[in-house]
Amino acid sequence: MSKISKDQVKHVANLARLAINEEEAEKYSEQLSAIIDFSEQLNELDTSNVEPTTHVLDMKNVMRKDEPKEWISKEDALKNAPDKQDGQFRVPSILD
Amino acid sequence: MSLFDYTIKELQEKLTNKEISVTDLVKESYEQISKTDDEVQAFLTLNEEEALNRAKELDEAGVDAEQFPLFGMPIGIKDNIVTKGLRTTCASQILSNLEDPLYDATVVKKLNDAESVNIGKLNMDEFAMGSSTENSSMKKTRNPWNTDYVPGGSSGGSAAAVAAGQVPFTLGSDTGGSVRQPASYCGVVGMKPTYGRVSRFGLVAFASSLDQIGPITRTVEDNARILEVISGQDEMDSTSANVDVPKYSDALTGDVKGLKIAVPKEYFREGVDEKVKESVRKALGQLEELGAEWEEVSLPHSKYAVATYYMIASSEASANLARFDGVRYGKRSENAKDMMDMFKMSRSEGFGDEVKRRIMLGTFCVKLRLLRCLLQKAQQVRTLIKQDFDQIFEKYDVVIGPTAPTTAFKVGEKIDDPLTMYANDIMTIPVNLAGVPGISVPCGFHPDNNMPIGLQIIGKHFDESTVYRVAHAYEQAAGYYKEKPQLGGAK
Repeated sequence: MSKISKDQVKHVANLARLAINEEEAEKYSEQLSAIIDFSEQLNELDTSNVEPTTHVLDMKNVMRKDEPKEWISKEDALKNAPDKQDGQFRVPSILD
Repeated sequence: MSLFDYTIKELQEKLTNKEISVTDLVKESYEQISKTDDEVQAFLTLNEEEALNRAKELDEAGVDAEQFPLFGMPIGIKDNIVTKGLRTTCASQILSNLEDPLYDATVVKKLNDAESVNIGKLNMDEFAMGSSTENSSMKKTRNPWNTDYVPGGSSGGSAAAVAAGQVPFTLGSDTGGSVRQPASYCGVVGMKPTYGRVSRFGLVAFASSLDQIGPITRTVEDNARILEVISGQDEMDSTSANVDVPKYSDALTGDVKGLKIAVPKEYFREGVDEKVKESVRKALGQLEELGAEWEEVSLPHSKYAVATYYMIASSEASANLARFDGVRYGKRSENAKDMMDMFKMSRSEGFGDEVKRRIMLGTFCVKLRLLRCLLQKAQQVRTLIKQDFDQIFEKYDVVIGPTAPTTAFKVGEKIDDPLTMYANDIMTIPVNLAGVPGISVPCGFHPDNNMPIGLQIIGKHFDESTVYRVAHAYEQAAGYYKEKPQLGGAK
């Protein structure tokens, strides 16, 4: 009955970098299917000649001057890092 | 009587006449917080030492309300607006250790430059996702009118703190109703400005094409004064608009003669509480007595707004929340073996249920073909919703209806059913989708539970002045702003 299978939920969770267990996969498959069912009411509307809106104001390519400015120092930027070494962010190994 | 029963203008007169000091105002705020916040639970972080020092500095400098429009005024800030040197968590575990976000949001800088005093940071639904503040991972804020009830959300702490008289003014953020709905539930005034009016720089992004920061206050006049300060184009936010900021407080003339009000029939349909409808009709009657005219109209695409919103807002959220990865700041899982594991475990441990659900929905929308089509459809329907408003505003000055279909609900009553929770935003969401400004002002109390009801006034793009003028004329005629809850100091 569900539009979204548990396998699809697990696939998308991986893309979203979320670790989920079986129970959560089940729950999300039900809840997301319900939300998607609800949202399919949009298909009632004929929108064949309607431009999509991604942004409500008529603005394009807003630029500011490309000038260097005082901003956060390297030391400050590292202040909140969970782990750091030699002035850089440290992360666990990427390859075995 | 509390000092916070006075308006900004009145308080500044008292400061000028040396009847009170900034230190008195700041102390009043912390006293009221210590008296009431065990019950209300509005604040996440207090800025007490810093605020008292600042008050002393301002007292020594002397009042200059001409140059500094918010001189000495205590303010509370929603916890998704970054404050240099002050913990900023978005009520999420993933940021629970962010003691210093390193910079001030543009609105915070503007408030500081206007010489207001930051009292502390306010509770909210985690990352502003929710309508009751029950999605906070930190604490459960209660409605000061009756602590069995939710304050609304996501800016529940911001609305509750004002209603409880803890601070006279706060900032919230509104993506689908998150300033207006809690203002309605807590009997205070909440404004969502036009998209682009207020810089979003330093507002932790939820849905970038919908988010706006707005003030929550007891009166319309104070609300207008705060928006004057925080508005304007900002080179740090490319979506902030290059449009002049009028002096909104000058618009509060009380004159609404000949004003044309549109009343959408869709905002009075099934599911909207009969007593809420009655209060709103009564308010329209009062505006009519003041010389305004109203007519029923149709915003035919309103019913599609909630579905449209959840597709668009979740998709934008899934991208915006990708930055929380446990690398540069925030909490990192201690159990991870490799980097991928670290991303996944940090995010799974750090995000709450609703946030994960929306990231999942958003990722589905952008990655799965079936849903990519539905997202595209939602963006087209957004155009139709915007056109509904454009057409109405060719003939009318404002649109008026209820802010929310009901008064506040009880704690725990709705949280288990996401779709019911979402439906609560049905009359606020179209305003964000169209990018127009909207305000909620108190318009009475429900006879069954004595909880406040909110009137929503929606205006044209960048026409906050008219919205404020109508809200102020109604507020002064109706007088509900004089009411406050017992927790807020009522006799």
